[in-house]
Amino acid sequence: MSADTHKKPKKFVQDRDALAWKGRYEPYDLAKEFLIALIVVIILVAGLAVLFGSPDDKPVTVQSWSTANPVDFAQTAITELDGTSATATYGPPYNLNGDAQSIGPIAPAKWLGVHHPIDTANDYVLGPLGTLPESPEVQAAVAEYKSASASQQAAWTAAYEKGVANATFTNGTLVVPAGDYGPVGTIVPALTDMARSGALDGALLSSRQFYGTDYTKPLLFIADGQYLSNLAANDHLSGDQWGMMNETGQWPGQAWLWLYTLWYQVPPANTSDNGDILVFAFMIGLTILLALVPFIPGLRSIPRWTRIYRLIWRNHYREVEGGSTGGGTSGSPPQVEATSPEPEPVPV
Amino acid sequence: MTIADPKAPRPDQADLDKAADRPEDADQWTAKIRTAAVEALPPQRMLPDRQPAYVASWIYVFGVTTIAALCMVIATGFVLAIFGPNWWHVSSTGLFVNSLHLWSVEIFMFAMVIHLWGKFFMAAWRGKRKATWISGVVVFLVSVGAAFTGYLSQQNFDSQWISTQAKDGINSTGAGAIFNVTNFGQMIMWHIVLLPLVVVALVGLHVLMVRLRGVVTPFAAKNETPGVQPGSDTAGAEVQA
Repeated sequence: MSADTHKKPKKFVQDRDALAWKGRYEPYDLAKEFLIALIVVIILVAGLAVLFGSPDDKPVTVQSWSTANPVDFAQTAITELDGTSATATYGPPYNLNGDAQSIGPIAPAKWLGVHHPIDTANDYVLGPLGTLPESPEVQAAVAEYKSASASQQAAWTAAYEKGVANATFTNGTLVVPAGDYGPVGTIVPALTDMARSGALDGALLSSRQFYGTDYTKPLLFIADGQYLSNLAANDHLSGDQWGMMNETGQWPGQAWLWLYTLWYQVPPANTSDNGDILVFAFMIGLTILLALVPFIPGLRSIPRWTRIYRLIWRNHYREVEGGSTGGGTSGSPPQVEATSPEPEPVPV
Repeated sequence: MTIADPKAPRPDQADLDKAADRPEDADQWTAKIRTAAVEALPPQRMLPDRQPAYVASWIYVFGVTTIAALCMVIATGFVLAIFGPNWWHVSSTGLFVNSLHLWSVEIFMFAMVIHLWGKFFMAAWRGKRKATWISGVVVFLVSVGAAFTGYLSQQNFDSQWISTQAKDGINSTGAGAIFNVTNFGQMIMWHIVLLPLVVVALVGLHVLMVRLRGVVTPFAAKNETPGVQPGSDTAGAEVQA
């Protein structure tokens, strides 16, 4: 007995199966349609490019940041030295000084560990200053700081962090209220001078190799300050301003990220320390749902329930439900009527 | 020895044209692949000059518009690649080409999203077209990645801000260990080599799938009874929502 003998006919599921076409076929010039579409796209793109152009705001450099706002730079530099900046306490993949984001026991960043190591004190402050051998005073301060105990270092940096909160920049000099800062009182102003000269940009980039293309260190340093985020906020680019999908100016940006950006505007993503991984997990779930719509009963019925398809195929339904279904079958040569029921749109 | 006339037909050409019919070559892998490919997608199905009468809506335009915009994206990207990543920052011509590239991408994504939702509301996965739908969703996802790495590769304020913000999301998934959004060199390689290759390959596959199965037929009309027409995908079957 063969298995086919008792094989039941497969149930026709409207949202899974499709009817075979038994109506007529009509000429449809795909090549011409593509060429017309291409010409229209070229004209449209050229018009938009002429009318609106594209944004190209100059990047922020450590030099431009420290020149425009030297106090913010100094306040950031001390947090890099004492290990309290956002980068210093980030955790994987930059260091082990912070907790990786997680959902319960799921912490992929922690599992994968450090891959782009950043030691902010040495990479951002002490190392670059070490490239200034012509400044014996600075080298002595760096040596004194390095040789001091951890508690002594912490006392100096804590005092300086309080002092620099009230700092001013007058006549090209960082002015910090007097205090017991030890060598830090020399280190931070020296780094500020180095940054304002442009030398720190070079030192941060060339630390690895001559032809560098990895801007991780300077970018994270700049992002630790307030200057970059203030510029972004002025240009509606902050996270709570739907900044993920925005672009400088009035350009449309990545509008297709609207749903991803939406979750950052509402709890729990905008309140939780694990907001990023929550948003990603949610978006991954939604994406899987979208891809698997054809398999999910209920979800795959939405098109039939909404009946938008009747608008799309309105000519077809008008014709079929009006009594005329045309001739021909899907397997036989198409039969084409001399005229269509009504003019159809020109495909472009 | 005589000198061959290069314009003369090769004497063995006729034999080569009939190679697929040679019984002794039937087991050859190349012959099998060719036979299977031609059977699956004969020229008339690959490039049909007629479509069912229901293929008459503006919504059908957005698939081909997406491909046309992709061609424009690639062409303008080629020009930007020829002159290098610094060119468009220092040349007004370069800036214009960058503008063309940007707006091509905007139209590409716009047309693709309209195409995707059009296909959703047509339930275009019906009739063994599930893989076509899934491939389309994957193309959309990879295109989002391609556009994103483009924004990261601009070497301007936007790329600085986007990369320093996006790193948190990417890092939280663990992907930041190998996909470093603040590494310009890595991002531009993904943007101009890896992701475009994947997009083009997937779009090609998607189009082949569409040609293989044809355009999905409409839902049954009020006076039609689905499932009882001979010739249906599941002829004689019981109707079930």
